[in-house]
Amino acid sequence: MDVTANLSSVVSAAAPLAARTTRASCFHCGTACAETVWTKADRAFCCQGCQTVYELLAENGLGQFYEWGEVAGRRVEALADENKFRFLDEPAVRARLVDFDDGKTTRVTLQLPAIHCVACVWLLENLFRLKPGIGQSRVNFARQEAVVTFDPQRISLSGVAALLDSIGYEPNLKLADLDGKRANPVSRRLWLQLGVAGFVFGNTMLFSLPGYFGLDSLSGPAFRTLVGWLSLGLSVPVVAYSAADFFRTSWLSVRQRRLTIEVPIAIGIAVIFLQSAGEVISDRGEGYFDSLAGLTFFLLCGRIFQQKTYDRLAFDRDYKSFFPLSVLRRQADREERVSLGQIGIGDRLVIRHGELVPADARVLGGEALIDYSFVTGESEPVVKAAGELLYAGGRQMGGALEVVTVKPVSQSYLTSLWNQDAFRKEKDDTFNTLTNRYSQQFTWIILGIALAAAAFWSVVEPARALRSFTGVLIVACPCALALAAPFTLGAALRTLARRHIFVRNTDTLEALARIDTVVFDKTGTLTAAQAGEVAFVGPELSPGEGALIAAVARQSTHPLARRLAAGWERNAAAAATLTEFREIPGQGVQAQVNGTPVALGSCRWLASLGVVLPPLETATGSTVAVAIGGVFRGAFTLSSALRPETARLLQRLAERYEIALLSGDHERDRARFQALFGPRAHLQFNQSPLNKLGFIRDLQAAGRTVMMVGDGLNDAGALRQSEVGVAVVENIGAFSPASDVIMDATLVPRTAELLRFARQTTRVVRLSFLISSLYNVVGLAIAASGRLSPVVCAILMPVSSVTVVAFAVLVTGWLGRRAGLEVSIAAHSTPKEGEPA
Amino acid sequence: MSVILLLIPLSVVLAAGFLWAFFWAVRSGQYEDTTTPSLRILTDDGSNPPVTQPISTNEKQQ
Repeated sequence: MDVTANLSSVVSAAAPLAARTTRASCFHCGTACAETVWTKADRAFCCQGCQTVYELLAENGLGQFYEWGEVAGRRVEALADENKFRFLDEPAVRARLVDFDDGKTTRVTLQLPAIHCVACVWLLENLFRLKPGIGQSRVNFARQEAVVTFDPQRISLSGVAALLDSIGYEPNLKLADLDGKRANPVSRRLWLQLGVAGFVFGNTMLFSLPGYFGLDSLSGPAFRTLVGWLSLGLSVPVVAYSAADFFRTSWLSVRQRRLTIEVPIAIGIAVIFLQSAGEVISDRGEGYFDSLAGLTFFLLCGRIFQQKTYDRLAFDRDYKSFFPLSVLRRQADREERVSLGQIGIGDRLVIRHGELVPADARVLGGEALIDYSFVTGESEPVVKAAGELLYAGGRQMGGALEVVTVKPVSQSYLTSLWNQDAFRKEKDDTFNTLTNRYSQQFTWIILGIALAAAAFWSVVEPARALRSFTGVLIVACPCALALAAPFTLGAALRTLARRHIFVRNTDTLEALARIDTVVFDKTGTLTAAQAGEVAFVGPELSPGEGALIAAVARQSTHPLARRLAAGWERNAAAAATLTEFREIPGQGVQAQVNGTPVALGSCRWLASLGVVLPPLETATGSTVAVAIGGVFRGAFTLSSALRPETARLLQRLAERYEIALLSGDHERDRARFQALFGPRAHLQFNQSPLNKLGFIRDLQAAGRTVMMVGDGLNDAGALRQSEVGVAVVENIGAFSPASDVIMDATLVPRTAELLRFARQTTRVVRLSFLISSLYNVVGLAIAASGRLSPVVCAILMPVSSVTVVAFAVLVTGWLGRRAGLEVSIAAHSTPKEGEPA
Repeated sequence: MSVILLLIPLSVVLAAGFLWAFFWAVRSGQYEDTTTPSLRILTDDGSNPPVTQPISTNEKQQ
C-alpha cells in the first residue's frame, strides 16, 4: 500500500503534488515543514526529531504506525536527552513512582499526555519491539496513561522514560506524583456491591413472582417456606455488604446531628429487612425482599453513575502538580538532573527556556526574562539582572539562566502562599445541597406520619399498628428522591463535559445556581494573550521590509517578538543571512539582515541607539518600534485582545448579577473595562494573590455568593475562597489551579449560558422531587392504612425510581441541547494576527 | 410440581456462578478502562502478542 500517497491525500486532498513541492508536510506529525526539510526514503520531515522517530519505528517493523489513517505522530523537536530522566533512578524517587518491583520485573504507570489516537495505543502497546528489556505495556486511553512492565536489569526506569520521550510521548512527571497514587475512578468495591445487589434482586424477584400471581399455591406450603428462607439468606449480604455504606454515612450524619438523605434510606432498608425477616421466621408471609434488593440496586446504580461522572479531571491540584520533578543542577562543572526534593539552599541551578524557577533564587548569570503570569497575573515578562531575586513559579522566557537558590523549595514564596490556611480551605458544605435540605423536613414528616398511623391503629385495631408503622417507613424510603439529584445533575455534568466545561461535582452545579456575584480575572480570562491584535502604525511596510523584521524577530524568545514573527511568517521564506545579532533583554533586538541593520524594541532603547523618533501616540497595550537602516520606520502596537463576545457576555451577566474585575495588571486599561462592565462594577487593578482573596472574602462578608473566574496560580486563593471557582484553561488537561470548575478558555463568553443552564437543572431537580413526592403520597396512603402488600411495594418502588430518573435525564439532555453552550466556529477559532495596516 | 423445590436451589447455584464471574471480571480490572479495548481491537493484528515476562522472549542485544 502506498502510504505516502495516502497520507498526502489526507493532508492536502486538492493538490498533493503541489503541496509536496512547495511546502511539504511532515510525514510523521503533519506539521507544515519550514524551509529546511529533512528527507529520508522520499519522505519529508519537519525536524530531525520526527525523522529519528520514523527511522526508529521503521527499523523495528513498526511502520504500520503510519497506516491508521490519521496524522498519528506528535512533533518531536529536540533529540532525546540521555540525562533528562536520570533523576528517576534515584532510589527515593524510583520507589515512589513504581507500582511493583521484585528485582526481575518492574511495573510503572506513567502519564503520557500525548496519547490521542488509535495509533498511539498500538505503538505504545508494541513498545517491547523497540528496546529489549521492555515487556508488556497497556494503555488506558481515557486517562492517558500507560502501564509498562520492564526488566530492571536490562533497562532502567530512566531508560523507559527516555524511550517514551524519544518517540514523542514525554511522561508527565510532576512533584505531586511522589505523594502517592491516585485512587481508582470507580472503586471495585462499588461494582462488587452493585453485583451482589443485582444478583439478589434478580433471584428474589423470580421467587416472589409466583406469589404475586397467586401461583404459589400450586407448589404447596413447602415452596413458600423454601423461597422465604432463601430470600432471607440472600438478603443478608445485600444489607451487610451492598448497603453498608448507607448505614455508615447515615450513622456519621446522625452523630453530627444532621439528617442527610442517607438517614431515611438507612431506616427504610433496616425496617424492610427486619419486617421481612420477622414475617419469614414467624411464617406469616414472604416479606419484601425483592423490594429491598431492588432499592439497593437502584441506589448503587445512582452512585456509580455519579462517580463515573466525577472521575474525568483532577480538581485538587496544588503547586506540586505545577512543579516538575527535576531540575538541572550544576556542581563543579558537572550538570545533573536531580529531583526537586534534593535541592538545598545554595545549589546552583540551570533554568532553560520555558522552565520554571523551582525555588526562590538569585540570578548568577544569563538573561533572566521571567514570566510571572502564573503567580502575579502580569502578562509581560520582567527582566531580572544578575544578583536580583527570582520567586518560585516564574517561567524563564529567555535563554539558559544560572541561579543560586536562597530558600528550599518548601519555603518559597509560592509554596508558602499555598500553605496559607485560606488557600487550603477545604470546601465542606456538601450538607447544604438541595437533596439534603429537602430530606431534613422529609425525614421528620415521614417519622411523624409513621407514628401517627401507629397511634391511630393501636387505638382502632392494635393488630395493624406495627404493620402500618413499618409500612410507612418502607414505602417512604426515598429511593427516587435520592436518585433525582444525582441523575439530573450528573446528566448536566456530562452535557457540560462534552462541551469542555468540567464541573467538580453535583454540589458545585447547585452552587452555580445560587450565585449572585461574578468576579473576573482579566489577563488570560477576559483577554486572550495570544489572540491580540498586531497593528502597524506608520507608512505601509513593503514585503521586503516585512521579511527583514520577521527575520530578526524570529531570533528572539521575547513573547512580543514571537507574536511579531508569527504575524509575518509568510514573508519569511526569503533566505536571510543574519549577522551581528544582539538581544538586550527587556529592550529589544538588533541585527544586520543581508547587510541592512534592523532594530526592534522599545522607543527609549531605539532612541539610545541614535534613531530619531517622532512622538508616538501611546495606545493601550505594548509598542515595538522599528528602525531599518538606522531610520525610524514605524511601530507595532500589540494589544491583548478581549475574547470575542465579551461585551455581550458582560451585558447579559449585568442583567442578573453583580460583576467585578480583579487584575494583577496595571491600570492602563481601566477606562476600557469600566465601559464594558458598566459604571457600577468594581474594578480592581494591581491585585496581588492575597488582595484578590481578600476582595472575595469582603464580598462574602457582605452576604454575596461569589463565582470567581480566573486562570493561573495568582487567582488560586480567590478561586478557593469563592463559592464557585472557575479555572479557565487554554488546553484542557494542562495545569490548572485547584478549582470547582475547569473551563475551556474559548467558552468564557458562554459563562452567562452556563449559569442559566445551572439554574434550569436545579429546577428540574425540584420537579423530580415533586414527582417522587406524588408517588410517596400514594404509597403512604396505602401504607398508613396498614395494607401495604409486598406486590404493591414491589411495583411502586421501581416504577417511581425509573420515572424520576427517566424524567431527569431526558429533560436535562433536552435543556443541554438548547443551552446555547456551543461556541460558533467563527468565534471559536482564535483570531488571526492582525494585518499590519 | 415438587421438582421446583430442587430446581430453585439449582438456579441459585447457577446464578451464583455468574456472580462469581462478575467478581472475577471486576477484580481483574475489566471495569476500570472501557475505552481502550474498543480502540485496541482496531489495530489488533494478532501476529505478535506482547511478551508478558520481560526476560524470557527477547534476546539480549547489547
